[in-house]
Amino acid sequence: MESLRGKVAIVGAADTEVGVVPHLSATQLYVKGAKLALEDAGITKDDIDGLITCASWVEPYMYHAEMIAEYMQIFPRYCLNVATGGGTTLAIMHHAASAIATGVCNTVLITMADNMLSGLSRDRAIEAMSTAGHAQFERPYGPPIPGFYALLAQAHMHKYGTTSEQLAAVAVACRKHASLNPAAQMRQPITIDDVLNSKLIAQPLHLLDCSLVSDGGAAIIMTSAERAKDFKKKPVYMLGVGEGHSHEHVSQAQSLTTSAAKEAGERAYAMAGLGPKDIDVAELYDCFTPVVIIELEDLGFCPKGEGGRFVEGGRIELGGELPINTHGGLMSHCHPGHPGSLFSITEAVRQLRDECGPRQVADAEIAFVHGQGGIMSTHCSMILGKEAN
Amino acid sequence: MAALSPKPIPVPTRETKPYWDACKKHELHIQQCADCGHHQFYPRLYCTKCMSDKVEWVKSLGRATVLSHTTVYRPVTQAFAADVPYVVAMVTLAEGPQMMTNIVGCDPEKVHIGMAVQVTFDDWTEEISVPKFKPV
Repeated sequence: MESLRGKVAIVGAADTEVGVVPHLSATQLYVKGAKLALEDAGITKDDIDGLITCASWVEPYMYHAEMIAEYMQIFPRYCLNVATGGGTTLAIMHHAASAIATGVCNTVLITMADNMLSGLSRDRAIEAMSTAGHAQFERPYGPPIPGFYALLAQAHMHKYGTTSEQLAAVAVACRKHASLNPAAQMRQPITIDDVLNSKLIAQPLHLLDCSLVSDGGAAIIMTSAERAKDFKKKPVYMLGVGEGHSHEHVSQAQSLTTSAAKEAGERAYAMAGLGPKDIDVAELYDCFTPVVIIELEDLGFCPKGEGGRFVEGGRIELGGELPINTHGGLMSHCHPGHPGSLFSITEAVRQLRDECGPRQVADAEIAFVHGQGGIMSTHCSMILGKEAN
Repeated sequence: MAALSPKPIPVPTRETKPYWDACKKHELHIQQCADCGHHQFYPRLYCTKCMSDKVEWVKSLGRATVLSHTTVYRPVTQAFAADVPYVVAMVTLAEGPQMMTNIVGCDPEKVHIGMAVQVTFDDWTEEISVPKFKPV
């Protein structure tokens, strides 16, 4: 199998305003993100010959990518819509990279957005997402989305002694980083006690162990490494990518404490020829705090079962051994649904371009991004670097 | 009135009808492969171990152990509001397959991983009885 290592680059990356954005519809957020990414790349819409979108909950179209192309009046030769929940972003980029490397198209626009908060309301958004459960064999038992993840947390705590304080440390780190990011939805710093004293949603998860419900959009532009040199800004290269898929419904998961992030990470490291010790900054999918702890283990940043201890003492904060979610993550920056992990990519790009100001990780050369969708069902890991080699 | 329950009432399909028919009689039935002996849940056309099409319905002992659990304080929808706090759990049946369920008939705080439980049925409508588990 031919490797994609260093063959494809991100040459444009942008976020719309995020959080509470009532003045833009879901479709407008997709298009605004696209326009900002085109400007960042210094190209026009006529330079785009590939378009990939995620599905929107609020304004769904049967042919969503075609709808966005029509709305923008662009006429791509490669056009598709992908929906694998929080894993969508990275899976899309994997497809885009394959299409570019094989010459199917040259320059791909990926735009993702939704307005779960203003378009649905918080309660309806939460209810809509809960339909992820199996209609006959899960939903009759009333599991909310946090409840599914609480099952994972409880199993991890039982097996490895992980504590609620350790879960809370993840939320505290994300909020600390969001406090340094003017774009973030929630910027007021919080403490471990704040998390533990917030409302219990599904034991052991408190309100502040859960990510946000938001509006927002982001977009990136990818092209081949050769073409990438001709764009406005310094390219960020894809060095490794890998996926892992273990189930759709969590009740069918073969393990509650180890996920297919393990396979995804191993595949990405193998392609990049790099390992966990080479990573300067990690943007890890953080829909709920225990997910980050499981990912840190499965992606090799610490031994299995040590994730709880790893997140203690500021190790995952700026200045620590492995700063994570430097924009604030889904916990504190924003979480508009499917697009959530694209903000991890745009943040990783900004980190590798040295554009992050007070939240910049010094000398960041290699970034790791991980997305997961479903209930730890579908995983994609990506390693990005400043240089192609 | 259970018959008016606004909860998501399962709608049996051709594939799952034998399961729900058994539940109506307060029996838990799962599939077993006649070729390799593998038990599976949820029901499928083929055996997930050897892909044989000789999957047969068998009566489960209805005994299980708790694999994980959570006590829900914020209900998924208002239909579940009256049940709060309720326990959502995953259990491993004595025959091997795992399933999601509710643990009922005990204080939520008493539920623990490894706890031995036994199936019980919650009659939602004349057609649908939902299998749940209670401490042995």
